Parts: sequence; structure tokens; C-alpha cells
Amino acid sequence: MSPGEGPARRRDSEISLATRRRLFLVSGAVLAALMTWALAGMPAFGDYHGIYGLLLNRVAVPQEHATNVITAVNFDYRGFDTLGEEFILFAAVLGLALILRERRDEEEGPPDDDAVGRQVSGASVAVRLITVALVGPTVLLAGYIIAHGAITPGGGFQGGVIAATALLFVYLGGEYLALRRIRPLPLVEITKATGAAGFVLIGIAGLIWGVAFLDNWLPKGTPGDVFSAGTMQLLSVAVGFEITGGFVLILSEFLDQTIVLRRRRGVRSG
Amino acid sequence: MTVLQIVALALVAVGAPAVVAARDPLRQAFVASFYGLLLGVLFFAFAAPDVALSSIVIGSVALPTIILLALAKIGDKDS
Repeated sequence: MSPGEGPARRRDSEISLATRRRLFLVSGAVLAALMTWALAGMPAFGDYHGIYGLLLNRVAVPQEHATNVITAVNFDYRGFDTLGEEFILFAAVLGLALILRERRDEEEGPPDDDAVGRQVSGASVAVRLITVALVGPTVLLAGYIIAHGAITPGGGFQGGVIAATALLFVYLGGEYLALRRIRPLPLVEITKATGAAGFVLIGIAGLIWGVAFLDNWLPKGTPGDVFSAGTMQLLSVAVGFEITGGFVLILSEFLDQTIVLRRRRGVRSG
Repeated sequence: MTVLQIVALALVAVGAPAVVAARDPLRQAFVASFYGLLLGVLFFAFAAPDVALSSIVIGSVALPTIILLALAKIGDKDS
């Protein structure tokens, strides 16, 4: 809390800072006592009695050949839930793109970073060096996490966001124009749509194969292999595509808003 | 409870009020980013590496970035 804010805040509110603090201390103490009481009565860590969870822990490896039970739940036993979650994100990104689109009273100007007459000391050599060095490993790590979804912790979602952070490194170390070159938006949108559609198509392929929607219809291989756990790995890649595309799109829309879009002069917005 | 679990719990207990105490949104974004990392350590210490990864990528990368960009846009309009 900055000390300069004190007097100004007191003028706004009826309650003085001292009263407020006393109120907090009393209610905080009561809350702390109740929380301690509640925590004391909790079962020990790992004392778990959920039948479904215990069952999945036992059957995930022999039945689905997936050593990461979380992924087995997300992409197999509860694959349908993940389908819904995937489309929640899809809809959210669509909404965001709609709200942050270039409006009639806005125009695209030169990037703020290199506007005429503006002195911006670009990224320092150290920042450039570190970010450039990190782009490759970040993409590699993202690919690894997506490809090993059914084997080790992680999967399409986490890997997808990691892949999108590579974009941030390019922006931090380079400049906005370099960023534009590496993210052709149509390609990003296609990636995202392919991921979303891929998830559904893999599910429908199961129907053609004679099993239920999103059932695991591929050969399951040896547990622990990259090419194991059947459709789970494919679904992980599909989700990875969608999340990478989605997050690149989110970051791009926000960056465009911040850097190149500005209100057109002489036009008043309604 | 292992030492790592106790340390992680203590750091999260300190980190959450720190996010609230940082009144300047710009600083708050950074504190929140660090707090996301702490949560990641906490989930990892309590044997939930999948959730830890999600917490790190969302809590300490995606969310602060979007807050920073939104702040940049708002500041742009003010000037």
C-alpha cells in the first residue's frame, strides 16, 4: 500500500482508516479461528474414499495404456466433458475477437513502438539474447508436453499455452513487426479451427469404427510409449492446436489493440 | 507433511495478501504472476503436477500478460 494514498482514500469514504483496520482485525481473527477449527477436523492428506477415483487409478494403465491417469480421464473416460470445455474456450476467443475487432471509428496506425518522433530505447541486448535463445526451447518444450500427454503430466492444454508464449518472447526480444511476420493470422485461425474440429472428428471416427462417440478406437500400444493410449494422444495434439491458435489469437488481438489500433481523428464514437 | 509442502503453503499464505496489498494495478500484475508460480509449486508439492502446469501457464503467464496489455491500452486512452 503506498503511503500517499491514505488521505485521499479517507476523504472518499465515511469510515476512517483506524475503524476499518479495527473491523478487519476483529473479523479476521474470528475467520482465522474458524478456519483453524475447520482445518483441525479435516481428514489427513491422501485419505481419499472416492470409489470412482480409486477405480480409475487401478484400471487406467491396464485398460487404456495411459500412465497419466489425469489425461485418461480428460481425453477418454470424460472425453465428452473436455469436448464441452474446448468449445467454451473456442466461444470465448471468438467473443474476444469480436469485441476487439477494428471498429469503424478506429484505424490502424504505425506501431507505437516506431511512431515518428518517438524515442523508444528498444529491448536491451541482454533481453534480446535471452528471448531469442528461449524461443526454440519453448516451442520444443510445448511439443514435448503435448506429445507426452498420456504418459507424463501435461497435455494439449498446457503445451498449447506454452507454445503461445514463444510468441511473447518474439515480441519482447524483437519488435512488433517481427511478431506480425511470424503469426500469419489466417494460419493461426486455421490452426485453431483444425484443433477444435479435430477433436470432434476423432470422436466421430469412433462411430465409424463401430464404437461409441469419443471411445478409444485406436490400437493402444505399450504403456509409456509416445505412440500409446490410442486416441488420447491424437486428442492431445488436437487440443494443443486449438489452444495454441486460441492463445496466439488472444495475445494478437490485445497487442493489436494496444500497439496499432487507435481512434480515428475527428470521428466521435457513440 | 514434507518440508516442501509446509514451505509452499507458507509462501502461498504470504503471497495471496501480497497480491491484495499491491494497490497499483501494474505492480499487482507482476505480484499476481509470481503468486501463480507459487500456486504451481504448491500443487506440485501436493502431487498434482498436471494442475501445477495449468496454474503456471495461466496464472503466471497468460493472465498477467492480458492485464498488462489491457493496462497499456487504458493508459494510451488517458494520455
